[in-house]
Amino acid sequence: MLKKLKAKLLGAVAALSVGVGALAAPGVAQAGPTIDAIQARGTIKVGVGSPGPGFFNVDKSGRWEGFFVDFGRALSIALFNDPNKVEFITSSPQQRLPALQSGEFDILLSGVTQTFTRSHQLGFHFGPVVFYDGQGLLVPKKLGVTKATELNGATVCIQSGTTGELNIADFFRQNNATFKPVVIEDTNEIRKAFTSGRCDVVTQDSTDLAFRRLQLPNPDDYIVLPERISKEPLAPAVRWGDDRWLEVVNWVVYATLQAEELGITKENVDSFLTSENPTIRRFLGVDPALGQAAKLDPKVFYTIIKTVGNYGEIFDRSLGKASGLGFERGFNQSWTKGGLLYAPPFR
Amino acid sequence: MTRSVPPVLPGSPPARKPPILSGIGGALRSGIAVGAGRIRDWWGEYPGTQLLAVGAVLAVAVWLGTTLSGNLARLGLTPGFEFLSRSAGFEIGESWIPYSAADSYGRALAVGFLNTVQVALLSCALATVLGLTLGVARLSSNPLLSRTVQVYIEVIRNTPLLLQLFFWSLTVHALPSPRQALAPLPGVFLTNRGLFTPGITATVAPLSGGVLLLIGLGTAGGLWWLLRRRGRPFRLGVSLGAGGGLTALLWAAAGPAWGLDLPRLSGFNITGGRTLSPEFVALWIGLAVNTSASVAELVRAGIQSVPRGQWEAARALGLPERRVMRLVVLPQALRVIIPALTSSYVSLTKHSSIAVAIGYPDLVNVLNTTANQGGHVLEAISIMICVYLTLSLITSALMNLYNHRVALRGETHR
Amino acid sequence: MTAVAAAVDTPSALPPHVRAVPPSPVHQRLRRLWGGLFGTPLNSLITLVYIGFIAVVVWPFLDWALVKAVWVGNGDACRQAQGACWAFVADKIRFILFGLYPGPEQARSAAALLVMAVLIIATGLPALWRWPLLVAWGAGMAAVLILLGGGFGLTPVATDVWGGMTLSLLVFVAGVLMAAPLAVGLALARRSKMGGLRLLSVLGIEITRGIPFIAVLYAATLLFPLMLPAGAAVDKLLRAQIAVSIFVAAFLAETLRAGLQAVPRGQYEAAYALGLSRWQTLRRIILPQAIRTVIPGIVNILLNVFQDTSLVLVIGLFDFLNAARVAANDSDWMGRHDEAYAFAALVYFTLCFCGSRYSLWLERHVSPHRHDHR
Repeated sequence: MLKKLKAKLLGAVAALSVGVGALAAPGVAQAGPTIDAIQARGTIKVGVGSPGPGFFNVDKSGRWEGFFVDFGRALSIALFNDPNKVEFITSSPQQRLPALQSGEFDILLSGVTQTFTRSHQLGFHFGPVVFYDGQGLLVPKKLGVTKATELNGATVCIQSGTTGELNIADFFRQNNATFKPVVIEDTNEIRKAFTSGRCDVVTQDSTDLAFRRLQLPNPDDYIVLPERISKEPLAPAVRWGDDRWLEVVNWVVYATLQAEELGITKENVDSFLTSENPTIRRFLGVDPALGQAAKLDPKVFYTIIKTVGNYGEIFDRSLGKASGLGFERGFNQSWTKGGLLYAPPFR
Repeated sequence: MTRSVPPVLPGSPPARKPPILSGIGGALRSGIAVGAGRIRDWWGEYPGTQLLAVGAVLAVAVWLGTTLSGNLARLGLTPGFEFLSRSAGFEIGESWIPYSAADSYGRALAVGFLNTVQVALLSCALATVLGLTLGVARLSSNPLLSRTVQVYIEVIRNTPLLLQLFFWSLTVHALPSPRQALAPLPGVFLTNRGLFTPGITATVAPLSGGVLLLIGLGTAGGLWWLLRRRGRPFRLGVSLGAGGGLTALLWAAAGPAWGLDLPRLSGFNITGGRTLSPEFVALWIGLAVNTSASVAELVRAGIQSVPRGQWEAARALGLPERRVMRLVVLPQALRVIIPALTSSYVSLTKHSSIAVAIGYPDLVNVLNTTANQGGHVLEAISIMICVYLTLSLITSALMNLYNHRVALRGETHR
Repeated sequence: MTAVAAAVDTPSALPPHVRAVPPSPVHQRLRRLWGGLFGTPLNSLITLVYIGFIAVVVWPFLDWALVKAVWVGNGDACRQAQGACWAFVADKIRFILFGLYPGPEQARSAAALLVMAVLIIATGLPALWRWPLLVAWGAGMAAVLILLGGGFGLTPVATDVWGGMTLSLLVFVAGVLMAAPLAVGLALARRSKMGGLRLLSVLGIEITRGIPFIAVLYAATLLFPLMLPAGAAVDKLLRAQIAVSIFVAAFLAETLRAGLQAVPRGQYEAAYALGLSRWQTLRRIILPQAIRTVIPGIVNILLNVFQDTSLVLVIGLFDFLNAARVAANDSDWMGRHDEAYAFAALVYFTLCFCGSRYSLWLERHVSPHRHDHR
């Protein structure tokens, strides 16, 4: 009797574990660094923020689009020669860093600011800065404030989990002023709080603020103060421990910069294939040495430019004139035109 | 989580102790106890199976633990709590203790913890008052009233708490600005910047004020205990009177140490008084309203659980209706109500962690920021689990203490 | 306490069974209604206050929700109107029901929703409580997973874009299915004489019950992946699912334990006397009785679990409530949060209200203790 029961129990345990194993199997990738995991899985997992116009958005048919999304698609082309082998996973600012640490996505493209702490204490590598921003302050005009230093005692709405939370505290401390923080996680909740008068000031990256302002019922009643209280270099973030993956990210970003420097665009890229310029020949893979060295498809940069375009096109489509948001390039301009963007040589 | 009174089943053995305490205590006791019989019992009839199961659980736990530490090392993270003494660098909107961005993470967590305790205590209090009122109103003979209460209870119980909190958050934000503040009572302002109430300004240190209060409470409590053989109204009056009198006397002796600080409009904002932030108000009302529905049901079920014979017998003794309720029905009803009330309080405390969704800086919110800014996920989640577990245990222990007292009064048929 | 006493003291507040109930033809019933409304000064006061309440609160709400509402149209039409903008809900209904699930494939999400709904309704009928139901659940859930995830000729769809009501229901249903065996195991272990098993079960149950659901969710989403070997990753949805089922299991186990305690000792003894083995006794005699006793309690727990699934939004899943909330952010409609929340509340209320009515019905028709005390 006892033996029979034990046998049955063992059988049940075995069946259960097989069941659990079967359930878990589709999600479990083989062990190894990030890039192997991506290849085994067949898609890149990209962490983005909650959908909204500009950086990452979902169109009516449920397709992701936006500035950072385009870089995710460029990465997908680099590894799979297909812009759609990529999953975009939304993550709140409070959760995105722990989620990247824990391997929920392979790369975070949600407008993370590169900082010392995040590199060392959190264990992240940052790719090249893709967007130079600075934290600004949005106030209603009726407050009568023209300078940030006049905001002593103000109630400030801040998004939690961003560097903004730390910067604003530093800013007021530097100026021996006090403020009352209202820390909210969701940007849309912040907008509601601000328009209902819960807070006097919203602080965020100034680009964010600029289009938040446009979304307010009467944009002309509000101004973004001229000061930038911090530097916010937004860069792709990856976990420590896979240098090759980091290099793929680096050079995919550089490729979009390089193309703009060379004047290669989505439309005219084919006409450059016959170019005699050795830099261009190497870049577009007419001369296949670069791609081979990186163990990538030789024409990878050609395909990226052909599909998503160069940096300038990506910018214009999502943030610039073509997008309706109408942002100026500012620092986010090629160094050849006085900006900060600079691609190392492709050779 | 628990929705209703745990079913009182015929044949269930008498519950001697709080389930949590008796469970853990019982298991520990039986685990540690010596004596051959105990040990034989402990191992049971199938020691092999037990060994296998316990071993498997332990093995999985150890495996997860080692992988975790390996992974943390690979990411260059060293788990530990020394970060608690580092400077936090972020501000927190509301706090019971002085706090600024220059203070440590430890202090920031203390602020979050106190905020959690504040909202849990105040919500429990409000939920009890609301729930008692509604529970009684539910039994009213006025069909409009009892029906309305029924609808209220059904609506509250059948929609998610999170949705209700979003609703309250919207409502609170829709209140007028300080300029057009609603003033339901003199000195109380309702605005979208929060609820402003008169505060007490102390010119004495808060500590000595607290000591004064403690002396008063101590006196009252002591007399209450000393006079335990006397009649209830006499006892209550004497002890409260003596305690209050003593406090007043000491206060007068110390000079007028306290004044009333009334909030008033200045510029765009209201200054002075005590401020409760809109997020707090939304969470407070939301949690209280949510729990009040279950409390109301408990009260109703409690009153109805008293057998009809008790009412009839009490009336037959010639007791007026007032006293039937107070002396016969309520004490018996309480015995049914209180254990279930405990679980309502515990789940309210746990549910207060949803504060994170509407921006109230409770413990979970501060821990999230800590995990995020400093990368201490493991530590943050461990603290979260320990703190809530302790709060739950304390709440049920306190309520069980009270329950024990109430249960001892009558016969112990449960 | 005294407040209660005072309030209950009035005869009007006595529980129904205490009052004598005369047989009531229509006019008597009307008289009683009148008495209830205006019989005593207190009742009259309550009635008047109630009428005031309707005028101040209920009527403006109905005015907003029905009379001045916009049912058809676009954002501009809504901006001019003063009432609710139900056109917004109609426009975004696919997003609210299916979340980010890709547009052309949404029929699959709808089919999965339907399969789960049919299974749940079928499970609600006591007449069908036989083993084929279990088979139906197995087959049904397999179908749901294939419908949603793809394979067998369907385009693969990653779990990250599963969403809306389908996701809410899936998290709920799969969570409960995974929790059920665990709960039985925990309940039995807690009643067991074997100290080691009992200790494990008690610790597991009480720790889970003592911490907030979102702590379990955080642990499952943020901590659990760090506990797996490098490179291995368990899908986020599956992790949330594990969190839900652990949480549900702890609560179900406690309820089941109450059921087990209610089975008289004689049942065990009788079963052993008949020569049934321990396992057979448990499976055929004890568990069926125990479960039957606590079915209403279980249904209540399940209703709560369904509502609590809305908390998965804190870990970034697009469940029904979160989808409704995000839909309201659509810039074409300018923040229609009131309507989004009202719609979500209506849906949750309808489902859960039916559930709780069903629970009452079940209590009357199935529970073996329906004739007992009181």
